[in-house]
Amino acid sequence: MTPAELDPLAQADLRGMTQRRFSRRDIIHAAGLMAGAGLLAGCSVAGARASVIPEGYWADKKPTKFVDWAQWPLYIDVGKVHGRNTHPSVDAFTKATGIKVKYEEVIQDMDSFVGSIQPVLASHQATGYDLMVLTNGIYLTQMRELNYLVPLDHSRMPNFFKYADPTVKNPTYDPGNKFTVPWQSGITGIAYNPKYVKRPITSFDDLFDPAFKGKVGMFADNQDLPNLAIVGIGVDPAKSTESDWRRAAKRLTQQRNSGLVRAYYQQDYIAPLSKGDLWVTMAWSGDIFQANASTPGLDLKFVVPEQGGVVWTDNLCIPRYASNPVAAMELINFYYQPDIAAMVAEYVNYFTPVPEAKRYILADAKAATDKDDRESLLQIADSPLVFPTKAMESKLYRYATLKPEEVPVWNQIFEPVYES
Amino acid sequence: MSRALPDDDVRISPLRQRLGRLTGYWLALPGGLWLAIFFVIPMVYLLSLSLMTGDFINGFSQTFHVSTYWHTISLYHDQFVRSIIYAIIVTLLTIVLAYPMAYWIAMRGGRHKSTYLLIILLPFFVSFVIRTLQWQFILADNGFVLGTLKHLHLVGSDFHLLATPVAVICGLTYNYLPFMVLPLYVSIERLDPRLMEAANDLYASKLQALLRIVLPLTVPGIFAGVLMTFVPVASDFVNAQLLGGAKTTMIGNVIYTLYLTNNDYPAASALSFTLMGALLIGIFAYARALGTKDVMEAAAL
Repeated sequence: MTPAELDPLAQADLRGMTQRRFSRRDIIHAAGLMAGAGLLAGCSVAGARASVIPEGYWADKKPTKFVDWAQWPLYIDVGKVHGRNTHPSVDAFTKATGIKVKYEEVIQDMDSFVGSIQPVLASHQATGYDLMVLTNGIYLTQMRELNYLVPLDHSRMPNFFKYADPTVKNPTYDPGNKFTVPWQSGITGIAYNPKYVKRPITSFDDLFDPAFKGKVGMFADNQDLPNLAIVGIGVDPAKSTESDWRRAAKRLTQQRNSGLVRAYYQQDYIAPLSKGDLWVTMAWSGDIFQANASTPGLDLKFVVPEQGGVVWTDNLCIPRYASNPVAAMELINFYYQPDIAAMVAEYVNYFTPVPEAKRYILADAKAATDKDDRESLLQIADSPLVFPTKAMESKLYRYATLKPEEVPVWNQIFEPVYES
Repeated sequence: MSRALPDDDVRISPLRQRLGRLTGYWLALPGGLWLAIFFVIPMVYLLSLSLMTGDFINGFSQTFHVSTYWHTISLYHDQFVRSIIYAIIVTLLTIVLAYPMAYWIAMRGGRHKSTYLLIILLPFFVSFVIRTLQWQFILADNGFVLGTLKHLHLVGSDFHLLATPVAVICGLTYNYLPFMVLPLYVSIERLDPRLMEAANDLYASKLQALLRIVLPLTVPGIFAGVLMTFVPVASDFVNAQLLGGAKTTMIGNVIYTLYLTNNDYPAASALSFTLMGALLIGIFAYARALGTKDVMEAAAL
């Protein structure tokens, strides 16, 4: 008797008895597995790159009376009016143009700031900022590559072309200043506390002196630490190759493994340096000046090592989808007036991009009634850390400019040094 | 014609019947959905992400690139092992510190028990980061603790605690101690005092009563405490960041940097996934070693 001769009901019974049946649970399991595998295979993370900003971007932009400015802490002049902290240069801008400024000191470090605005820009939303200050380096290049920066309207910034120092024009990280103009620049070098270090520090090699075992501070970042180390081994970062990176990283690893490095610091190295937890450390020029100025009796020293220091630039730029780009351009232009640049330089003591500012600082020094004020202003006007001399400039190197595909290689070489 | 159906009073419509049988599922639905949305989907996504290749600018696509795992583990195995070791040390320290505290509050606390518990919890009213930062001042090389000791010549002049593993472990122990005290307190509190009286009647010494009655009965509490300290400690990054030095980085710091600084999502996901796997294996092995899976249920009570 073949199955064909059975009546249909009996056929079904036979199938049920002889073949494996799928329980509901099996089917749910299978569906779950398939859904899981589908999810695994189906997902991808879209690139964050946005479309190119069209040529005619500025054509339909109207002037507005407001600008929101994202800035680093302690990076502008401060005055007191009726016991309230103000920024005289910002007030001068509002007075001159009628544009109100929301000045926000929201940038603590590039990692977290860029990390906070990138997802917003990736979803085509405005960040709320019209102007921001970003350091040149991996992140700035990334923001540019992603088309998240608005090309500046060069017709609205005549002061830049008139007063900016030739060295800050046309930087390697932004040819033709298409997207950025410098706010201030600074040097990454070495600082020490003479209370504990009884000999002058002059060289990058001093960071490797066994006498300072456990008292050396280094930076925990993928820019300053690698670049200063590359300069330290006698190579210009801009011309460095992968083998130079590995040599520099090896030197840093030896320094760490021999117990010289106390810790890798982010923004928090000034307090341990003042307290004596650190004796010698990598440092930013302006930080040391401001620490000395704000703490009586503190006398930290900053040196540009004989091998050279690393110069970086914080840049004004306009994020995409900004609502007040015209006002932002006006502000950029305003801060390139030498008298305004002088107001900022007197306070922050980083390299000013406007050499003419020196004249105004000297004038202020002449007008100063207080002797200490006068001396401090004269010192600023003479400081090679505010107005770089030729000798100083010859010792300064810029960050290595990395192509996007080189960034992961670079990170994998240097990150294990400070993330140890 | 008589109707075969039962009386209207007791009749339940088939739909209601079916729904009734599903009541349990309905009640579990919010919890199930919560797990699915906030645990299962992110986990599958994380796994998927860990197998992708690409870069942040152009996007990542699925290539089932398993070698990301070996590569990241070979780069960061030191930090990985270190995190697990720190977590074990911290867990043991918290047990040693928390057990007498919990015991004392539960047994001798009297009517002030809740006050004592509040005191234990009080630091939580201050931000985690601020609490940890205070230790930078307390442990500073020339701060009031080490400064005094150095002044008395009890320690050498270049002795320091900050930026050493000791500082990180102390910080972690300090921050996670309450998570151990509370479950221990709950399980000791629940002990029947008559058991101790019985032990006493049967001539057990106080130590014997503690070792043979109290300790075994509070194993679920210890287990719950271990779950609540070991797992978060192993992935903590704040203490290593604020109190640590050159060779104290924990895996949490690495994952943080990979995600937020390098935007290397696959490597970060691979490390997170490996960490989760290692922690789960550890916890299950520990539960098995304690002899029963009831420990899990008891711990959940």
